[in-house]
Amino acid sequence: MMGTLEIGFTLLLVGVGGTLLVLGICSLVMELLKRIFPYKEEK
Amino acid sequence: MTLLEAMGEGFKALGVGFSALHWSNLLMIGVGLLFFYLGIKKDVEPVLLIPIGFGCILVNIPLSEMMEEGGFLRIFYDGGIRTELFPLLIFVGIGAMTDFGLLLERPYMFLLGAAGQFGIFLTLLLALALGFDLKEAVSIGIIGACDGPTAIYVTSKYAPHLLGAVAVAAYSYMSLVPIIQPPIMKALTSQKEKITMMGVYKRSVSETAKLLFPVVITILVGFIAPKGLPLVGSLMLGNFLRECGVVERLSKSAQNEIANVVTLLLGLTIGATMSGPVFVKPQTLLVFGLGFLAICLDTVCGLLLGKLIYVLSGRKINPLIGAAGISAFPMAARVVQREGQKYNPKNYLIMYAMGANAGGQVGSVVAASIMLSVLQGMGIG
Repeated sequence: MMGTLEIGFTLLLVGVGGTLLVLGICSLVMELLKRIFPYKEEK
Repeated sequence: MTLLEAMGEGFKALGVGFSALHWSNLLMIGVGLLFFYLGIKKDVEPVLLIPIGFGCILVNIPLSEMMEEGGFLRIFYDGGIRTELFPLLIFVGIGAMTDFGLLLERPYMFLLGAAGQFGIFLTLLLALALGFDLKEAVSIGIIGACDGPTAIYVTSKYAPHLLGAVAVAAYSYMSLVPIIQPPIMKALTSQKEKITMMGVYKRSVSETAKLLFPVVITILVGFIAPKGLPLVGSLMLGNFLRECGVVERLSKSAQNEIANVVTLLLGLTIGATMSGPVFVKPQTLLVFGLGFLAICLDTVCGLLLGKLIYVLSGRKINPLIGAAGISAFPMAARVVQREGQKYNPKNYLIMYAMGANAGGQVGSVVAASIMLSVLQGMGIG
């Protein structure tokens, strides 16, 4: 059984890593969308 | 009972509130008045502090039974806070108000939005070390999201008894960002870094990409961290109403009528959780202290990632924009612009900082979603 501080450390590592990973994926997906649907200057 | 006796009993019932008054009620009525002062005279989050202050005064007048079963404030509390409905409706409004275009111009800003949330997890650990139980620690850590609705949503789920302290801390520190951040920005960046020019801002996102953004983020984050989907989904619903361009009435309603009515009720009910005997205790001060630390740590982490990006970009990206990775929108971005210009009057960082700040908004709901899902995975909550 994990102690409270061990749970805290787990949350710290998974939370920081998970947030970075998910937002990193969001960043890549949006970069991809920008390439698929590029911006065109209005005439 | 004679007429005289009945009149006597009747008069006795008047002013009974005074006899049931506890010193902590008086103190909290003073706090309510202080909120009025801060909101009206100092312009500190008046839209929230005025209803919170009024709710705080109402609940500290003894024997009114406003927070008892069936009481006026209790009905709003049960219907809007316990059900987690109010923060979610506020998110629909925020989503409809926010233009994420500046974030999408430079998607790497998502990473700054992530770093601006690390204070949540560091503070959670510190709260555990100070003896708070896990659910309380999660609720205290979430102040670091620097995002009122997220803090209220998570706290109402895990530690409703801390709701008043967490909500007031979250909203107060959001408005204190212009005071909290500059000394940290000054200490953590060199003169050379501070004066880095970032060039002219150019628009590069198509309407289609902006339209797809809320849908893609909802599906992506929803599948990864389903427990947080109400948060992400409501924010992105509001943004989709804005970007799709065919439901202007709904978008305007979300931005105005819904956001305004819910803000009033949310503020009142948060104030109603600040009853003197429950609120006035050392634990509340600790919550405020840890909340302050959480926002400082967010700023530190954002700046450190900003410094890393500065090096990786060949010294082209001003690391000060890292401080805008927190969710306090648009205060943090304005602070970055002001501080940047202090060191280099020709520097205009606002557009970049707004992008990072929008990243912080997405970051705060993503961080909360991940925390909720991880806790569920660990069998907690």
